[in-house]
Amino acid sequence: MSVATEKETAAATSAESALSVRNLWKIFGPRADRIIGTPDAQLSRAELKAKTGCVAGVKDVSFEVAPGEVFVVMGLSGSGKSTLVRCLTRLIEPTAGSVLIDGIDVTTASDAQLRDLRRNRVSMVFQHFGLLPHRQVIDNIAYGLEIRGMKKKERRAKAEEVVSLVGLDGFSHSYPDQLSGGMQQRVGLARALAGDPSILLFDEPFSALDPLIRRDMQNEVIRLHRDLRKTMVFITHDLQEALKLGDRILIMRDGEIVQIGRPDEVVGAPVDDYVRDFVSEVPRSHVLTLKWVMREPRPDDSMDGPVMSCDTIVRQAAKAALASEHPVRVVEGDRVIGIVDDDAILRVVVAEEEAHQ
Amino acid sequence: MSATLTPPAAAPPTPDQPGRDGPGRSIASIPRWAWALGVVVLWVGIWALTKGTDTLALAGREHTDVQTSLGRFRDDVLAGRADNPVIQLTYDLGAWFTSVVDWLQRMLSVPDFPRPVPQVGWLGVTAVATWVGLAVAGWRIAVLVAASFVSFGVFGYWSEAIDLLIVTFVAVGVSVLIGMPLAVLVGTGNRAVNAVTNTVLDIFQTMPTFVYLLPIVLFFGIGAAGAVVCTLVYALPPIIRIAGHGIRNVSTTTIEATDSAGQTWWQRLTKVQLPMARKTIVVGLNQTIMAALSMATIASYVDGPGLGQPVLDALVKNDVGGAFVPGALIVVMAVMLDRSTTAASEYSEMAARGGLDLRLRRIVLAAAAVPVLVALHLSRTYPWAAELDDPGWTPKVADAVDGFFEWFTDTFRDATQAFKDLVSAVLLNPLQSLLSESPWWLAGGAILALAFVVGGLRAVAPTVVCLGGLLYFGLWHDAMVTLNMTLVGTVLVMLLAVVLGVAMARSRAVDVVLRPTLDAGQTIPPFVYLIPVLALFGPTRFTAIVAGVVYAAPVAIKLVADGVRAVSPSTIEAGRSTGSTRWQEIVKVQLPMARASLVLAANQGLLYVLAMAVIGGLVGAGALGYDVVLGFARSEEWGKGAAAGISIVLLGIMVDRIARAAAHRSGAPAAR
Amino acid sequence: MRHISWRATGLTSVAASATLLLAACGGGTIDDETKANESKAGGAGECGEINMAVNPWVGYEASAYVVGRVASEQLGCKVNYKNLKEDVSWQGFGTGEVDVVIEDWGHPDLEKKFFAEEGDGSAMDAGPNGNVGIIGWYVPPWLAEEHPDILEHENLNKYAEQFATSESGGKGQFLGADPSYVQFDEAIISNLGLDFKVVFSGSEAATITAFQQAEKNKEFLIGYFYEPQWLFAEVPLEKVALPPYEDGCQDDPAKVACDYPETDLKKIVSTSWEEEGGSGVDLVKGFTWTNDDQNQVAKYISEDGMKPEDAADKWIADNQDKVDAWLE
Repeated sequence: MSVATEKETAAATSAESALSVRNLWKIFGPRADRIIGTPDAQLSRAELKAKTGCVAGVKDVSFEVAPGEVFVVMGLSGSGKSTLVRCLTRLIEPTAGSVLIDGIDVTTASDAQLRDLRRNRVSMVFQHFGLLPHRQVIDNIAYGLEIRGMKKKERRAKAEEVVSLVGLDGFSHSYPDQLSGGMQQRVGLARALAGDPSILLFDEPFSALDPLIRRDMQNEVIRLHRDLRKTMVFITHDLQEALKLGDRILIMRDGEIVQIGRPDEVVGAPVDDYVRDFVSEVPRSHVLTLKWVMREPRPDDSMDGPVMSCDTIVRQAAKAALASEHPVRVVEGDRVIGIVDDDAILRVVVAEEEAHQ
Repeated sequence: MSATLTPPAAAPPTPDQPGRDGPGRSIASIPRWAWALGVVVLWVGIWALTKGTDTLALAGREHTDVQTSLGRFRDDVLAGRADNPVIQLTYDLGAWFTSVVDWLQRMLSVPDFPRPVPQVGWLGVTAVATWVGLAVAGWRIAVLVAASFVSFGVFGYWSEAIDLLIVTFVAVGVSVLIGMPLAVLVGTGNRAVNAVTNTVLDIFQTMPTFVYLLPIVLFFGIGAAGAVVCTLVYALPPIIRIAGHGIRNVSTTTIEATDSAGQTWWQRLTKVQLPMARKTIVVGLNQTIMAALSMATIASYVDGPGLGQPVLDALVKNDVGGAFVPGALIVVMAVMLDRSTTAASEYSEMAARGGLDLRLRRIVLAAAAVPVLVALHLSRTYPWAAELDDPGWTPKVADAVDGFFEWFTDTFRDATQAFKDLVSAVLLNPLQSLLSESPWWLAGGAILALAFVVGGLRAVAPTVVCLGGLLYFGLWHDAMVTLNMTLVGTVLVMLLAVVLGVAMARSRAVDVVLRPTLDAGQTIPPFVYLIPVLALFGPTRFTAIVAGVVYAAPVAIKLVADGVRAVSPSTIEAGRSTGSTRWQEIVKVQLPMARASLVLAANQGLLYVLAMAVIGGLVGAGALGYDVVLGFARSEEWGKGAAAGISIVLLGIMVDRIARAAAHRSGAPAAR
Repeated sequence: MRHISWRATGLTSVAASATLLLAACGGGTIDDETKANESKAGGAGECGEINMAVNPWVGYEASAYVVGRVASEQLGCKVNYKNLKEDVSWQGFGTGEVDVVIEDWGHPDLEKKFFAEEGDGSAMDAGPNGNVGIIGWYVPPWLAEEHPDILEHENLNKYAEQFATSESGGKGQFLGADPSYVQFDEAIISNLGLDFKVVFSGSEAATITAFQQAEKNKEFLIGYFYEPQWLFAEVPLEKVALPPYEDGCQDDPAKVACDYPETDLKKIVSTSWEEEGGSGVDLVKGFTWTNDDQNQVAKYISEDGMKPEDAADKWIADNQDKVDAWLE
């Protein structure tokens, strides 16, 4: 589980973003477009529903995703996260705002442009797989290629490559209903990968799976990301999953952004009680980096302890830190920016043990 | 109708809560049935005082202005037919249908002069049909097809049976050509499109054939053309409704998933929606074929070729046995087509999934093609292979059937007459007196109030429109009499449906025995059993009700059986674990949980009984059915007949919408 | 499953080969007959085609097939029989789909639409066919025998109670007819002061069944019926005497209080077909026979279960002299 350390922190700026979302709104209901810009738009969901009969699915959401980043959108059911991801490729038509993918404005794209975008740049994986029951696995995977007009031989060959990539060897000619849920989602994954898109969207892809299979699939995604370095937007209601996969996490509630940040930021510095409550059960040692537990270096600190990067996760640092007689020196680049002693580590780890008992 | 396919999931029993929009809103403590009872009591009270006034009864040959103008409209079209461009067009179309049917007939069923026999004779047609059965659905179906075709031949109705097949297939072919695009529209369209098509299809299905038979002949011509078109009108709704339903119910996730891959509208339709709805579409096709077959006898009134002709011929002579054999062959054909289409669908799925050894299958088919070609050649060369010698079984069967029915009527007539008198005295007459002897404003108001009580606000608008329509077309009194018979018929249907449906659901043996009987009840032309029923009950309203029950009960029984069977086994287990008796299990668990199916069965049963109103007109039931028959029989009464047909449609739509509103309120899935 | 298909195929092949062998030994072929037909067709004569409407009652069928068989067997016409209701038949005159209606019971409304005087002129009267239609009130024979006085309308009220059924609301039931017929029964009943209610049977089949059952079970029944009709061979119904018909007594439908007139049944033909002329037209125009003649053929069909063609052929063979008279 060395992923966290390998994560790149993305300093996303709009110019080089793979995906850029600005002031995105989705309001369901009659004449929803007239609400935006009026004071009504500021009402809470319940008030808006009572007053206009409309439901705000996504409220004024903006964020940027850097190329190669894994961006997780997290929230409870009804928080608007699935609506948000569907707005990105206009599976649901947004009410206002803009979405740019690789610099192309999705919201104003023509039907043909939109189709081109869906065919070549963005693919999506769905919670309930959405496979075609009347087609074999191989033809499900090749579906995206087929509708681009690729010849049968060529697309099957290409799909066959992806089959082994996602571990479906030997199942090419099965039908979806002959596969387990986990295997079906591998097909969904393969289908999304077959078109070689630059962005992958995941809509709660593993929620319907058993816990063990879910863990396998998460690792599969981590592996694929390491190998293929695709930009990913990942929707989940499972905080563990979010923390495990995400370079950055967007927490949504009632259609609005509550917090965006790296996993350790979300756990270490929740912006409000809602997030705090959310992350309270998280094993902090698994998420927090040394940065969050270190103290200012003092002149009397021993300089013999091990040196660790400030991004090292506490749990991984624990063994080395506790084994050493001297406190750990935390560095950022070449500069020592803090000190972590045994007490600091134990505070995080032991507090957790207690919480879990 | 889709009703026969998908039983609604068993709904948990919900207590009778007054709906938000119902009358219970303000006085929530009074249950719905009490409101209904109140309305009825009030109705009876006012009826006692006003009985017999303003009933709007119209004597036998009187017309209202609206009816007269309907008739005049028909006359004008008829008078102007020589230079009416629409009629020229439809006539050309009709001529085209005729030539297609005629060509097929000369190929397969009638002598192609100067040949003394058709181009392909009996042996050849049977061999080819069997081979097709083998190719599309496997050897079991091949045996069934062969046996069916042989039975057409040996009972001496070869050419009539093949004619019926030809007309059915031409009509079904056109139905599919017209129906599938419309099904796609229904399946992909919005709610407004659906509401409009649903209403139009309701009209198509409830409008009595006799009403549009004459106009169709006027526009398309006599014989095969008229037969094909009126079959088409009747056979079109199932495929549109059921296939549309299938397309609409394709998993939204899959649509979304494939949309997200950037497919076009056309790719979505052809690669996702149609293939995924295939099973349902086949069911729709199946129902369309069944509907087409059941039109066969009626189309014979305009010289439509087929097995309906001998059935009607026998009816003219009151020859029960003579009608039985061709009627039974229609059932044989229906069963053959039903099982073949279903099996073909499963077989092709199995083949696609590699469940069959394709190479072996090809070899088998090629080998089987050799004797088929031989048979084809023989049937073109030798008279014995072209025409089957009639072994003379038909008269023997007919005599046996006659003998049986004579024995049956002689033995049971007293009992049946007594039963008829009882039902008439305790149910039919009092209710009829209340409905049809009330002033129109009272009956109308009471119906509206009851609609509101059971269906809430949602039921009010359609009820007002339909009642208004009944008033406008001027057959209010007859409509009330017909409504009465329909209601009593539905009560009997539901009694049968609950008893037999539960029995079928609980015992496989009962199911196995009953199902083919029900299939026969649905497909055998009513003309076949009309005379025995007449002999048992006389020309009365009750005879009409019996005909309606024979036709409607199979659907209702199947729906109830499927609904009861769908009750979750764990619920039944839970009931058993508390020590409930079998009776308690049925009454307290199975029936309440199958409530949605019961509601649907009652709704469909009622519409089916209503659909037989015209047959009722032929057996002494009077009212709207008689008006339609009268309009069909006498040219100057057509306007009245058309008004009666429209009134039947209005009754059907009214009752259906009230039932749907009631189902909607109680949380059961709406019918259809 | 596959094994069975194989075996089945094998069996079929063997059977087919066997039949092939048998066939080789068999007699004439279809080709021979075709050639024979072709040469016969050469001398078919100038009759051409007759589209014969066949209205749905046995008496009509008898007339239609007798004329049809004479036309096809003796004049070489091609006769197409079309099973149609009356209204539809009349509609077909204008389109060439129907040429002949051989027995018409009087349709003033249709005449208005299709005869030349007021309508489009597509149809014309081709004269009486010799049959006389008798319409009236009938009772089953047992009733006439047991209560002879019932055959006088004055005595009907005496029995009204016994005629009551579940449909007649306490009054005596009068069984009205198939709607195809002109009926004044409601008016007659009220104008003669009879305590009866008309219940419409709705179809000929229903009326016939009712009379058959009434005779068999000795039940009271009175209703509208007519001759010639094949039922009389099986159940000779007795006619109830109403005040006799006089000219004009049925002019005002509401005031009718007399019996139905006897109707001379007539032939209606397509105008354009008649204008073309030919032996077929002459045959139809010349055709005339008696009620007994028709009843004879109707009996062959309904009682003896013969096919209409065979019944007609049998009568023609027995009555060639009458046929010759039509052909003159």
